[in-house]
Amino acid sequence: MDFFNTLTLILDSTIRLSVPLLLACLAGLYSERAGVFDIGLEGKMLAGAFAGAAGAAVLGSAWLGLLCGILVSVGLALVHGFASITHRGNQIVSGVAINFIAAGSTIILGQAWFQQGGRTPALGAGQRFEAIELPGAAALRDVPVVGQIYSELLSGHSLIAYLAFAMVPFTWWVLYRTRFGLRLRAVGENPAAVDTAGVSVTWLRYRAVICTGILTGIAGCYLSMVQNAGFVKDMTAGKGFIALAALIFAKWKPVNAMFACLLFGFLDALSIRLQGTPIMGVRVPVQLMQALPYILTVILLAGFIGKAIPPRAGGVPYVKER
Amino acid sequence: MSAPFAKLPRWADYGLIPLVNLLVAFIVAGFVVMLVGENPFRAAMILVEGAFGRGQNIAYTLYYATNFIFTGLAVAVAFHAGLFNIGGEGQAYIAGLGVAIVALTFDRILPWYLTFPIAIVAAAGFGALWALIPAYLQAKRDSHIVITTIMFNYIAGSLMVYMLVDVIKPLGSMAPQTRTFDAGAQLPKLNWIIELFGAKIRSAPLNLSFILALIMAWLVWLLIWRTKLGYEIRTLGFSPKAARYAGISQSRIVIITMLISGALAGMMALNPTMGDQHNVSLDFVSQAGFVGIAVALMGRSHPAGIIPAAILFGALYQGGAELAFEMPNISRDMIVIIQGLVILFAGALEHMFRPSIQALFASFSPSSVGLGSAGKGSV
Repeated sequence: MDFFNTLTLILDSTIRLSVPLLLACLAGLYSERAGVFDIGLEGKMLAGAFAGAAGAAVLGSAWLGLLCGILVSVGLALVHGFASITHRGNQIVSGVAINFIAAGSTIILGQAWFQQGGRTPALGAGQRFEAIELPGAAALRDVPVVGQIYSELLSGHSLIAYLAFAMVPFTWWVLYRTRFGLRLRAVGENPAAVDTAGVSVTWLRYRAVICTGILTGIAGCYLSMVQNAGFVKDMTAGKGFIALAALIFAKWKPVNAMFACLLFGFLDALSIRLQGTPIMGVRVPVQLMQALPYILTVILLAGFIGKAIPPRAGGVPYVKER
Repeated sequence: MSAPFAKLPRWADYGLIPLVNLLVAFIVAGFVVMLVGENPFRAAMILVEGAFGRGQNIAYTLYYATNFIFTGLAVAVAFHAGLFNIGGEGQAYIAGLGVAIVALTFDRILPWYLTFPIAIVAAAGFGALWALIPAYLQAKRDSHIVITTIMFNYIAGSLMVYMLVDVIKPLGSMAPQTRTFDAGAQLPKLNWIIELFGAKIRSAPLNLSFILALIMAWLVWLLIWRTKLGYEIRTLGFSPKAARYAGISQSRIVIITMLISGALAGMMALNPTMGDQHNVSLDFVSQAGFVGIAVALMGRSHPAGIIPAAILFGALYQGGAELAFEMPNISRDMIVIIQGLVILFAGALEHMFRPSIQALFASFSPSSVGLGSAGKGSV
C-alpha cells in the first residue's frame, strides 16, 4: 500500500507539473500548425506569469490577473506575428528576441513597481486560483484504490488545470472538425492553396498566433497564480522549451501532446521525488532525469523513434505572387 | 510595395539600415527606462561614462567584448551556411570542461604559454564536438538544427552541473567549481595596453584571449571570403539548390561549418576561466552564447561588423553594471531587454524600414538607387 501511496503522490504532482507544459504545448500547436514557428513560447509564458501575478496583486482579483496575463502574452504574440507574418522576418530570430525582451522586462518592471527584487507581492486568498474539490471526493476518500485515485489524483486541482486538460479534446475538435481548423492546417502545409481559395493567409496566421498568445498567457498564470503565490524572476525556467520539445515529440497532434506533456511532467515529478535516492541499487543523477526530455526529443528528431515531420510550410513566410 | 524595387548604395545597405534599426531599438529601450521612472538620457550618459569613462572601465568593456566576439563569430559562420546555431551557449559551456581538464592537468607542470595553446585546442575541440551531433543530425537525418541546438544547451547545462558538483569539485569544497588554477593556467593581462595611453588600472580582467578573438575574427574573414571552403559555405547559404548543382556536398558543408562554429563558441570559454576567474564554475558562460546572436545580426555576419557590435555589447554590460549603482530601478537586466530589442529590430524586422528608405533615396536621386539603368530586383 505504501508503494501505491507513493505512486499516487508522484502521479498527482505529474499532473500539476504537466499543466503549464500542456497549455504551452497546445499554444505552440496552433501557431506551428499554421506555419509560424514559435520558439518564443518561453518568453510569452514568462510575461504572462508576471502580468498575471502583478495584475492579481494590484487589482485584487484572480480573474483580472488572468486577463492581464493573457493580454500581455497576446501582445507579444502579435509582435511575433508582426515580424514574421507582416514583415516576413525570420521566425526563429523573432522568437529569440521575444524571449529576451520578456526575460529582461519582467525583472526590470517587477523591481521598479514592487521593489521586491523582481518578485511580485505574495498573492492572498481570492487572488489565486484555488483547488477545486470534485463532488464526493471527501466521501470516497476511504474507498481503496478507486476512491484514492478519484480524491487524490483527479480532485483538488485548480480550475486552470481542468481547463488545460479540457483544451485537448477542444483543440482536437477545432483542428479536425471546424472550418477554421481545416484552413489552419492547410495554411501550414500549403498557404498558396489557401490563398487561391480566397482565404487570407495573413489573417489566418494572425488568428493562430493570437490563440498561441492566449494559451501561453494562461500557462504563465498557472505558474505564478496556482503553483506559486506570486511571480519569481525566470520562473518558467525552460518550461517553454520543454513544451516545444513535447510538441515535436507529439508530432504536432493534440492528443499526443497531452501524453508527451504527461511524460515530461512525470520525469520532472520523479526527479523531484527521488532527489538522488537509488533506483534498484543504481544512483541516477538528478541532472540526467532533468535532461531526459531534451535527450528524448533529440533522439526522436534523429528519427530513431518514428519520424517527426513538421508542417510543410513551417518557418517560411508567405509571399503572395506578384 | 509602392516603393521602387531597387538596390540601395552599399553604404546605405551596410551602414544606414543597421544604424536605423539600432536607433529604433534604443529608442524603444529608452521608453522602458521612462516607464520605470528614470530619465533615459541620464541613463545613457551614465552608461557611456561607465563603459568608457576611465581606463579601468574600458578594460572591462573589452573583456566582455572578447566573449561576444567569439560567440558572435560562431553564430555568423553558421549564418553564412544558412544555419542558425542557437547552441553557442552550450558549446561554450562544454568547452569549459575541456579547459578544466587541460588547466588542471598542466597548470603545475607547464608555463602558461605552453598551456594556452593546448587549452585553445581543447576548448575548440570540446565546443566543436558539442556542435557535431546537431550538425550530423541536420546533415544526415534532416532534424532541425535550431531545435537540436536548443535541446543541447539544456543537456549541456545538466551535464556541467553534474560534472562540477559530482566529479570535478575538489573534496571538502562546497562551491560547485574546480580548484583555482595555478600560474601555469593563468593568462597574462593586457591592461598595460590601455595604460600606454596614460590611464591607470587597478585590476581588470582584460587578457590575452582578446588578442586571440581578434585573430579569430581575421581568420573567419579569410575563411569566408578568401577560401574555396568559404565560397562553398556562402553558396550553400545563398541557395542550397545552386550548391547542389555545383556539386557541393550539402552534408559535408553543414558538418564542417558547424564544427567551426562550435569551435569558435568553445574558445569563448578561455576568457572567463583562464583569463579572469582562474577556475571553471557554474554558469560561467552567463548568456554570452545568446548575446552572440544579437552581435552577429548587428554585425551583419561580417567580422568588421561583429567586432564593433561586440564592443557595443561589452560596453552595455560594463556600463549596465555601473548604471545599476546609480539608478536603483535599473539593474543589469536592462541589457537583456536591449539585447532582445536589437535582435528584434536588427534581425526579425530588418526589412521594416527598407521600403521607406528606398523611397527616400529614390525621391532624392533616382540614379543612386539604379533606377536609370537596369532596375534589377533585390531584397
